[in-house]
Amino acid sequence: MNPNSTLNVIKEILKSVSDPEIPVLTIEDLGIIKEIEIENKEVTVTITPTYSGCPAMDVIGDDIKSALQKAGYTGKIKLVLSPAWTTDWISESGRKKMKDYGIAPPMDASMDKRALLHGERIVKCTRCGSTNTKLISQFGSTACKALFQCQDCHEPFDYFKCL
Amino acid sequence: MNQKIYNYLLILADNPLILGHRLSELCGHGPNLETDIGLTNISLDLFGQVRNYLQYAAEIQGLGKTEDDLAFLRYEHEYRNYRLVEQPNTDFAWVIARQYLFDAYHLPLLNQLVGSKDSQIAAIAQKSIKEVQYHHRFSSEWVKRLGDGTEESHGKIQKAVSILWTYCGGIFEETEVENEMSQLGIGANLDLVKADFLSDTKYIFNEAALSVEGVDWSQKGGKLGVHSEHLGFILADLQYMQRTYPQMNW
Repeated sequence: MNPNSTLNVIKEILKSVSDPEIPVLTIEDLGIIKEIEIENKEVTVTITPTYSGCPAMDVIGDDIKSALQKAGYTGKIKLVLSPAWTTDWISESGRKKMKDYGIAPPMDASMDKRALLHGERIVKCTRCGSTNTKLISQFGSTACKALFQCQDCHEPFDYFKCL
Repeated sequence: MNQKIYNYLLILADNPLILGHRLSELCGHGPNLETDIGLTNISLDLFGQVRNYLQYAAEIQGLGKTEDDLAFLRYEHEYRNYRLVEQPNTDFAWVIARQYLFDAYHLPLLNQLVGSKDSQIAAIAQKSIKEVQYHHRFSSEWVKRLGDGTEESHGKIQKAVSILWTYCGGIFEETEVENEMSQLGIGANLDLVKADFLSDTKYIFNEAALSVEGVDWSQKGGKLGVHSEHLGFILADLQYMQRTYPQMNW
């Protein structure tokens, strides 16, 4: 048996698991898979949480197990905290999907600070692309997002905060 | 040694646990939607951090207990949080003042724990600190806005800060376990945390036109298990389900 091909099969399976709160993103897009260990039919997937209290993590763990089970594998989840997850690990395709879904993807840390702390208008509206946008709330519908509103087209939208 | 690290972890865990519970009481009761969501999101972050600490505490305790046993099945005198975080919610200025005083301590605490010789404590701190930076930003901005706002908002936050400041001595009360952990490079040096706390609060209170001068006595005892009357009521609420239906799952 070629272990590489098994690994590829497992990777394909994991691509079907998405974030329950932002369903357009797969866990691969999020960059939370740290390691995959395969021993016969037992697969240990090591993941790292986005936010400590993110309720999606428990669901993601269960979803991984059931996706593996459907394909005839027994899944085990290992959670590691270090190195701590950062929004830099979100893939390019993940950022694009996020934007199409209506969530402004995270900017780099210094721009993030300028937008969230100093109220600079640099976050792009996901609907019309204008940067004439205003921070409404530092915390949005989930801990990882802030709420913005476009001052041109008036669209309210989430911005995925830099972490 | 494990017993000592366990005791230290309880101090680290119980403060966010009790404050997280206080904030969760505001879910659906915030003054407006944005602050309601902000405060409950902070609560959620804190609970996540608590879970990390208590999972580790249960593991090194080695008695086969779980994070839930530690969170829900200890008695009042076994909780190691200081008294600041037990104080009940009153008005928004009070909630913000309590949050800010906690954040002003929490951030420098984690800054030190990131370098802990215990790799799991360091990992938890590294994870938590990114979240707590947002908490500190949220609460300190509100302190400034209320303090430097209208006469009414200024009066309310000044009153809250003056009263809550008397609980801050309890944060830095010396305990044997913290001293020992600090000496071993596992825990934080509370003197350094305190220095950062004092310079942060001095700066923010100055910006917010607030003063804590003349407040020079302190409510202590929480970290030794001696609490204000409020903790018992919190635990009655917090522990009800696990005491009534042991082992129940969500």
